[in-house]
Amino acid sequence: MAGNPRKDEISGVDTTGHEWDGIEELNNPLPRWWLWVLYASVIWSIGYWIAMPAWPGISDYTRGVLGYSQRQTVMDELAEVKAGRADIEAKIVASSLEDIAKDPNLNQYALAAGQAAFGDNCAGCHGSGAQGAKGYPNLNDDHWLWGGSLEDIHYTINYGIRSTHDETRFNDMTAFLADEILEKQEISDVAEYVLSLSGTSSDSEAAQRGLPIFEDNCVACHETGGVGNREMGAPNLSDKLWLFGGDKKTVVQSIAYGRKGVMPTWEARLDPVTIKALSIYVHSLGGGE
Amino acid sequence: MSTKLEQIVKEATVEVEAVNKKENRPLYKKREPIFPKRAVGQFRRLKWLIMIITLSIYYLVPFIRWDRGPGAPDQAVLIDFPGNRFYFFFIELWPQEVYYITGILIVAGLVLFFFTSLFGRVWCGYACPQTVWTDLFIAVERWIEGDRNARIKLHRHKWDFEKIWKYTLKHTIWLIIGMATGGAWVFYFADAPTLLVDLFTLQADITAYSFVALLTFTTYTLGGLSREQVCIYMCPWPRIQAAMMDEDSLQVTYRKDRGEPRGRAKKTQDDKAFGDCIDCKQCVVVCPMGIDIRDGAQLECINCALCIDACDGIMDKMGTARGLIGYDTDANMARRVKGVPQKFSLLRMRTIFYAVAIFAVCAFMVYLLASRSPLDLNVLRDRNPLFVKLSDGSIRNGYTVKILNKERAPQQFLVTVTGLDFKEVKINDIENVGPAPIVDVKSDNLRSVHLFLSVDAQELETASEPITITVTNKDTGYSVSNDSVFIGPNK
Repeated sequence: MAGNPRKDEISGVDTTGHEWDGIEELNNPLPRWWLWVLYASVIWSIGYWIAMPAWPGISDYTRGVLGYSQRQTVMDELAEVKAGRADIEAKIVASSLEDIAKDPNLNQYALAAGQAAFGDNCAGCHGSGAQGAKGYPNLNDDHWLWGGSLEDIHYTINYGIRSTHDETRFNDMTAFLADEILEKQEISDVAEYVLSLSGTSSDSEAAQRGLPIFEDNCVACHETGGVGNREMGAPNLSDKLWLFGGDKKTVVQSIAYGRKGVMPTWEARLDPVTIKALSIYVHSLGGGE
Repeated sequence: MSTKLEQIVKEATVEVEAVNKKENRPLYKKREPIFPKRAVGQFRRLKWLIMIITLSIYYLVPFIRWDRGPGAPDQAVLIDFPGNRFYFFFIELWPQEVYYITGILIVAGLVLFFFTSLFGRVWCGYACPQTVWTDLFIAVERWIEGDRNARIKLHRHKWDFEKIWKYTLKHTIWLIIGMATGGAWVFYFADAPTLLVDLFTLQADITAYSFVALLTFTTYTLGGLSREQVCIYMCPWPRIQAAMMDEDSLQVTYRKDRGEPRGRAKKTQDDKAFGDCIDCKQCVVVCPMGIDIRDGAQLECINCALCIDACDGIMDKMGTARGLIGYDTDANMARRVKGVPQKFSLLRMRTIFYAVAIFAVCAFMVYLLASRSPLDLNVLRDRNPLFVKLSDGSIRNGYTVKILNKERAPQQFLVTVTGLDFKEVKINDIENVGPAPIVDVKSDNLRSVHLFLSVDAQELETASEPITITVTNKDTGYSVSNDSVFIGPNK
């Protein structure tokens, strides 16, 4: 391939000596504009090394005389965003939940902030669409253990359920078998009765036997007819929704050993604005009262 | 008699070779300055007129006012990026209607093809901004430095006081023109009178100044320094336009059959030894592209017709008929040589096709514009969760409904849903008045609401049922529908 450079007669330019199947390469200089761009880039890069962070060291890097830092830029921008929100956040702190929901600006802000906060803090248990899971309530539906008004939701998020907070919502579903209050057969019967409340019992005799047991042991919290009591967080047993499952085995399990789901208190972890925003957001999901 | 003719020829003749002469032209040549002589005549006058019209349109249109009612900008032509609108007199476009711009570009392209096939490169010669601004820059140059000979002399002269101040003045005026060009450009993107004041009081946005600077630079470089290089090397149109032209397209033509053999030795008007061309080179010296039209049709010729004016002037002096250089077609040239009568055929397959295409696209655009909906609807189904089971066993789905009110007045819209027997049709924060929720949407605005639909589980025969969401203007009855589905548990 490599031969000796020679002068090309037609163009008057030297060849590089490279030749492929009779095609030779002329040793023309690079275009001037190209060289200028190259030289300009070289000069620019030297200036850049001096001005901007450029060279890595063992434990640090050259900072550059301009003191530019992307981290600092991000911090500044975040601080700026925060400062820009100060106004509306102050309004949210000062307003009642009702007023926030009614004011289109505040409501829009709260919904967006609430959605983001929900993804960060709540989705782990309640799911990203707030659809819940076994033992973790679906927040879209119209079934609420402790109430679905803005105030109720706000209280629950603030103080939690069976949480470490003094103001926590609390109840204690008795473990009727573990505490030796009811026999296995009685539990089976009362479970049939509970199922019959939502029309899913398959053994009406057992349900009949379960009625007096229910009235003796359960109505104190779940009320006559199993309609529940939100004051105590006692679920409505007569509707079609089940937190842990509506099959007989699960209902028996609930009666025999009790249920003690925990929702943490968020008062210490989230600021008041976020908790208000979360209340508005959860309330907007379709079940808000 | 003959001495008088000789005298005229002698006076008119310039010993010059065209800078970009056809046979000496390499693929690329570094720019050699061209000093076009001032032309006088009908085409020059036409060009001045078109320059005044086009520049006036460009500079004045942003200042035309158009009342659109309170809250809306009153600028007739405005591209409002912050407000996401494009205003053109009575037309107001939203960003999602950008296809109208596509339509306008298609029509512009077709019109260009149409005129090119009829009259050749009239765009290049008269209306192209490169031509108009270059013409303006040359006029400034001539005003300061004088006509061709004076400019050549000054160019060759050593750098003395006169040359320095003349060149400084020329470049300063060019830069001011460039600045005005950039200045006018930014007026199309903001309220022009406000921005005009802001620009001068240094209150305007940095973006505005950047664009003024950019357009100042491009106008100065392209119109002042590069000139014909832009047409010859940068512009794709001279290469494309050949495809629109045929032997019946009008173009600036040197009528060889009449001019040749050219010669200066012509003694009388009836001298049969020579054609009408006295080889005075006046057509060469007026040419802003630096070519010789007598070399025939060339990519470099922008058909500005200044050589026609120059040649006609000489022909008048010589007492010969005008039109040695003129708008002509290749077909007619061939006809003359054969002695067949001239014919201009404007109706040809090509021109008819372009005309029909222009008409079709325009008609389609007008139809689209006339039937443009004052209301738009977008329905997005919630997908997380897909559906929600309620305490009474019914199934609920959620939808984000976006209603675009394009009218300049607040409107009320009824949201109705068909397809299933719904237990509840509910929109958050909106009371159901009567059968359907009513959504208020502000003037010229989009409102996004969350719609909840619920049905009895037995109502759902399959896991996914088609439904239709309709939004109806409460006053006008105008409605728009969107199809969606209602999803329940798998059966």
